[in-house]
Amino acid sequence: KHTTIMMATLTKAFKPILGRQLGNTAKLFPGLSCTCNTPTECLFIVYLQPPPAKYGGRHTVTLIPGDGIGPELLNHVRELFRFSCVPVDFEVVHVNSASTSEDDINNAIMAIRRNGVALKGNVETNHTMPPNHKSRNNLLRTSLDLYANMMHCQSLPGVQTRHKNIDIIIIRENTEGEYSNLEHESVSGVVESLKIITRNNSLRIADYAFRLARDKGRRRVTAVHKANIMKLGDGLFLQCCKEVASGYPDIEFDSMIVDNTTMQLVSKPHQFDVMVMPNLYGNVVSNVCAGLVGGPGLVPGANYGRDYAVFETATRNTGKSIANRNIANPTAMLLASCLMLDHLKLHDYANMIRGAILTTMNETRLHTVDIGGQGTTSEVVQSIMRIIQSGGPLTTEI
Amino acid sequence: MILRIIKILKLYIQTVTLIPGDGIGPEISTAVMKIFEAAKAPIQWEERNVTAIKGPGGRWMIPPEAKESMNKNKIGLKGPLKTPIAAGHPSMNLLLRKTFDLYANVRPCVSIEGYKTPYTDVDLVTIRENTEGEYSGIEHLIVDGVVQSIKLITEEASRRIAEYAFEYARNNQRTSVTAVHKANIMRMSDGLFLRKCREVAENYKDVKFTEMYLDTVCLNMVQDPSHFDVLVMPNLYGDILSDLCAGLIGGLGVTPSGNIGANGVAIFESVHGTAPDIAGKDLANPTALLLSAVMMLRHMGLHGYAKKIETACFDTIRDEKVLTKDLGGNAKCSEFTADICRRVQDMD
Repeated sequence: KHTTIMMATLTKAFKPILGRQLGNTAKLFPGLSCTCNTPTECLFIVYLQPPPAKYGGRHTVTLIPGDGIGPELLNHVRELFRFSCVPVDFEVVHVNSASTSEDDINNAIMAIRRNGVALKGNVETNHTMPPNHKSRNNLLRTSLDLYANMMHCQSLPGVQTRHKNIDIIIIRENTEGEYSNLEHESVSGVVESLKIITRNNSLRIADYAFRLARDKGRRRVTAVHKANIMKLGDGLFLQCCKEVASGYPDIEFDSMIVDNTTMQLVSKPHQFDVMVMPNLYGNVVSNVCAGLVGGPGLVPGANYGRDYAVFETATRNTGKSIANRNIANPTAMLLASCLMLDHLKLHDYANMIRGAILTTMNETRLHTVDIGGQGTTSEVVQSIMRIIQSGGPLTTEI
Repeated sequence: MILRIIKILKLYIQTVTLIPGDGIGPEISTAVMKIFEAAKAPIQWEERNVTAIKGPGGRWMIPPEAKESMNKNKIGLKGPLKTPIAAGHPSMNLLLRKTFDLYANVRPCVSIEGYKTPYTDVDLVTIRENTEGEYSGIEHLIVDGVVQSIKLITEEASRRIAEYAFEYARNNQRTSVTAVHKANIMRMSDGLFLRKCREVAENYKDVKFTEMYLDTVCLNMVQDPSHFDVLVMPNLYGDILSDLCAGLIGGLGVTPSGNIGANGVAIFESVHGTAPDIAGKDLANPTALLLSAVMMLRHMGLHGYAKKIETACFDTIRDEKVLTKDLGGNAKCSEFTADICRRVQDMD
């Protein structure tokens, strides 16, 4: 019954897309599996994703080192995976941020299409280059249609922050909105930038948000917007959210204007549960929340599309000033790799590594400089490896 | 002889247009007037109403007496205005902005001793471009289900706001100006804004100029706001960041704000709502309007009076004996006002 109600909502919302997809297994919500009663139900709603590249029991994942602290942190991830005998092989694709040709990023996109899953560092965008040189990260997200950016902000007990016990999930539309890259200078000295909001994408992201809320047992979804000023654009977004909300009567829905949201986040962050919003507000709110729980080095982020998933740090910082000095906080990248392992259904490995990371953070209190400690990146990673060696059931079995 | 002296004295008294506003507006305006009287500030108030009326062309406009008064006095103090939903006319604030070309919105955010928030060392100013950007109001329905909003950035407006920001920094002994942008994504529009800021920075070598991405500013602001000094930015980012900073110091009830226009016009206002539920009950908190009035005194060059009134206000809040409900006490607005008046008079 649960599936049939959802099927009805989905078929209505995605009719144009599904019309073309009959006969293919359509993955609409990554990470959820269901047992369908009849084969016809399964035609529309097979939640099992197409298997990522897997050969000989080992998964292949695309790795994009990026710039700044990306390469060193991803090296640590590889080291840790090798140490813990995780059955994942990395296909490394370099993207040169200084080159003007788009070959690099197209190679990366092709590799991700092949493997289905990627782990990446941030590729720097030099904004002194001409406007037709687009942001590489943005190109990746839009080409692969990674429409949902999910960020789970949780206060870690071992980290000193002004606000305690924060637990907010932020879902941000990742492909359109202000990041459409459509700009022109119609008259000299006057530049117009277009912000596009479409009904399809808004419905899609709202649906993702509500389903995630239901899956994780969350009570309330808040839509963040500025519909009092951008009446048509954000008005459409809000309307789509309301429509989807009506299909989920067990989940409370409310909305808040973005400036009030930021004000409330710094004074009373505990009132928020799950938040869904268009692209730019998502950028602001996710950075504010990351700051509230302790900084950019602690929060992992995930970008989900219908067929692909890319994992990275939530605030997407390049960290040029701290690159190659062994002081970067590896937590965000390591937790992102755990999210990736969960996506590949290697839950045991994910939990083992995650447990070791949290033990290092909360019990041994080995912190890097950004959260007020004295440790280096390598020390933190060594500590995690020690904890895995001494405790993990998988390693002792081997 | 005596008439001559009175004439000279009258020259030094400046007239300011006062717009009490709606809801709690009238009571907090009265409170501010009382405090100014107690401080013997050389200000004469001219009260005006700005309810929109339909002009000859069918366009909504503010009453001509209000417009005339503002243009004559150049300085205004405004309480909260309400926009009735089905009134047919645009928001009053928008109308005022368009009428007087109020291009810069300035919000100094300073932590208030005695009003505890998790952030104790905030001392920054947000300067926001107020006329264009994402709030140009140009939206189209392209096809059913696809909407486009246009964000407009012009060279002229960017240059103007950058110049104002650096002038403000120089006049108020501020050390640095940071331009907040998202030029990695919005290459042309924020790129233009940034270029103009850089150009203007060349003429103000005594003030340090930095640029920072919007997301980095948000991240660092929430962790350590003491790093920031003056921030200048386009409309939308300014809206979000100025409210974020207001949240850091305690909310809109204690935040002052000023709008600077072309032709030397400046309107200072309280940015909170009209609070119709407590209107007329003597429960309102006049701090926001009072601090905006202090900002106004500084703008007019009357630093002595500004310091006096501001110190009295902060002392009252720090003492925590007579506080209005939103600040955590249970005193009435009149009692709070009386306490500040007493302190001001004691200072003389």
